[in-house]
Amino acid sequence: MSAPEHTAGQSVPFDAALGTAESAAQPARHHWAIAGVVIVALLIPLIGKSFIVFQLTLVMVYALAILGLNLLTGFNGQFSLGHSAFYGIGAYTAAILMDQADIPYYATLPAAGAACFVVGFLFGLPALRLQGIYLALATFALAIAMPQILKFHPLEGLTGGVQGISILKPDPPGFLPIDADQWLYYFTLLVLLVMFAAAANLVRSRTGRAIMAIRDNPIAAAAMGINTSLYKSLTFGVSAFYTGIAGALGALAIQFVAPDSFTFLLSVSLLVGLVVGGVGSIPGCLIGGLFVLFVPNLAEKVSTGLAGAIYGVILLLVIFVMPSGAAGFVRLAGAHFARWRSSRRSS
Amino acid sequence: MELFLQQVMAGLATGGIYACMALAVVMIYQAIDHLNFAQGEMAMFSTFIAWQLIQWGQPFWFAFIAAIVLSFIGGVLIERLLFKPIHDAPILSHVVAFIALFSILNSLAGFIWDFNLKTFPSPFGNKPLLGGGLLGTHEAGMIGVTILLLGILYVFFRGTRLGLAMRAAAANPESARLVGIRVGWMTALGWGMAAAIGAVAGMLIAPVVFLEPNMMLGVLLYGFAGAVLGGLTSPGGAVLGGFAVGVIENLAGAFIPYVGRELKLTIALVLIVAVLMVRPSGIFGRRVVSRV
Repeated sequence: MSAPEHTAGQSVPFDAALGTAESAAQPARHHWAIAGVVIVALLIPLIGKSFIVFQLTLVMVYALAILGLNLLTGFNGQFSLGHSAFYGIGAYTAAILMDQADIPYYATLPAAGAACFVVGFLFGLPALRLQGIYLALATFALAIAMPQILKFHPLEGLTGGVQGISILKPDPPGFLPIDADQWLYYFTLLVLLVMFAAAANLVRSRTGRAIMAIRDNPIAAAAMGINTSLYKSLTFGVSAFYTGIAGALGALAIQFVAPDSFTFLLSVSLLVGLVVGGVGSIPGCLIGGLFVLFVPNLAEKVSTGLAGAIYGVILLLVIFVMPSGAAGFVRLAGAHFARWRSSRRSS
Repeated sequence: MELFLQQVMAGLATGGIYACMALAVVMIYQAIDHLNFAQGEMAMFSTFIAWQLIQWGQPFWFAFIAAIVLSFIGGVLIERLLFKPIHDAPILSHVVAFIALFSILNSLAGFIWDFNLKTFPSPFGNKPLLGGGLLGTHEAGMIGVTILLLGILYVFFRGTRLGLAMRAAAANPESARLVGIRVGWMTALGWGMAAAIGAVAGMLIAPVVFLEPNMMLGVLLYGFAGAVLGGLTSPGGAVLGGFAVGVIENLAGAFIPYVGRELKLTIALVLIVAVLMVRPSGIFGRRVVSRV
């Protein structure tokens, strides 16, 4: 469960636990890269077809969900197979509020996040006693239970049972000359940017260092006065908060929620996205989102009968070429490039 | 009381399936220190090979043995070709590689043998035996084979040099290498054995659940639950855990009014998690003590 950036663990001084990606030499280049990506992201809906815009909206939704999982697994070292449940709670909270209480779509996001935070925090409390594979089983139980609870008869009035709930796509504000798909894209992009920035700040803060210290060496962290139980439960809550908001955005994009969209398989997809993008890397979550949405479709296009096999082979190739995800790959390539340049300069 | 006994019987019958799978899960865990998510699909693939041999007119026991041998070879090959090159990668990358293997085997089996249900013959027949037909001869035979397998493994791991070497390689690779154990080959051997045990499990389970590429999905999950409940370090515990999961699931469905039938799987899992709260390494598992 080690994140590639800080695997050294106990031998690293506490302050050095901060990510190397943002280290002193490259802040300027880093900011330019972010600005470039944001500008491209802003332009895409104006030129792309509406289906592409819809797909990219979903990419952002998955990226946000993967970021939630990353906060827990990549930064705090707790394993989860249960994030499909948090995603589902977020989606259903949004759908029920819109369907039954006529609450505007933007107001459902904080509610979905809050509901997931509470559930995640409460789930994190008993999970404190469990580690590794045993924690995986406990979270797995949550993932299995969620579709069954959503189908549960006495709750049908609220959840719509097996049928699920249909919701309407939010209308763009009147003063903007764009359609509903484009508006949802921009809305998702805005939420994504705010939440990615918040996550980057969280990881850089004192709290973030405490979270990572618990991952690297729980005993040393406790000895330094970090309340490990509190931080671990809180991280569970924050992680669920992120994934829940992703779920609410996903419900808006798909305009429909049903119990079988939030099975264990969704958790597996998020996990794959996390590893492909890079465990413990915030920008890597976007790559993970792209992979989760596009690669299964690509495999399907190559051969319908063997789609699963092709997907598996692609996945294996990715692991072989980039054992620590895209983020680790980029970092390694960057290091090689720098070494190559400095060796040329000195000779 | 009669209902209770019947439900326990039914639970033991399904629990036998889970116990079989849990044993295979624990085996590979002992050998490689990871849970193999593709284990169920490997077992399914082995069962299809046996089925194909029977279709080609081979006698049952020849197909049975051939499938076990081929699975052993297949398991060793998977380790050598796929997992040895990435053995330094982080654990989560391994998990994703397991997911990839799962996807490949599932899709290949569907491609070669299609997704229609196929019947697989039982070597023990299908006559009712106990509990008003709930526990048939096949279920009894399956439980018997599982317990026999457990005994053989116990002797192998406790009583032979090779078993000791495998345990050492899994528990402490560096020290094992220093005393001359070829750790890489021990891991490959562990994969081979796990694949072979999985093949036995698959061929015993197939007559009950019917043969098709997705047959193992549910079974593997229950098998995991059983293995974790019993304790991943204890093969005997895993078998008991598998039976316990089957019985708990059935009793919850029958006796917890109203909620039970719809949510019996959920209730079983919640109970398992509750047990883990009290014993975080499973009921029979060893506590892992780490040196600071």
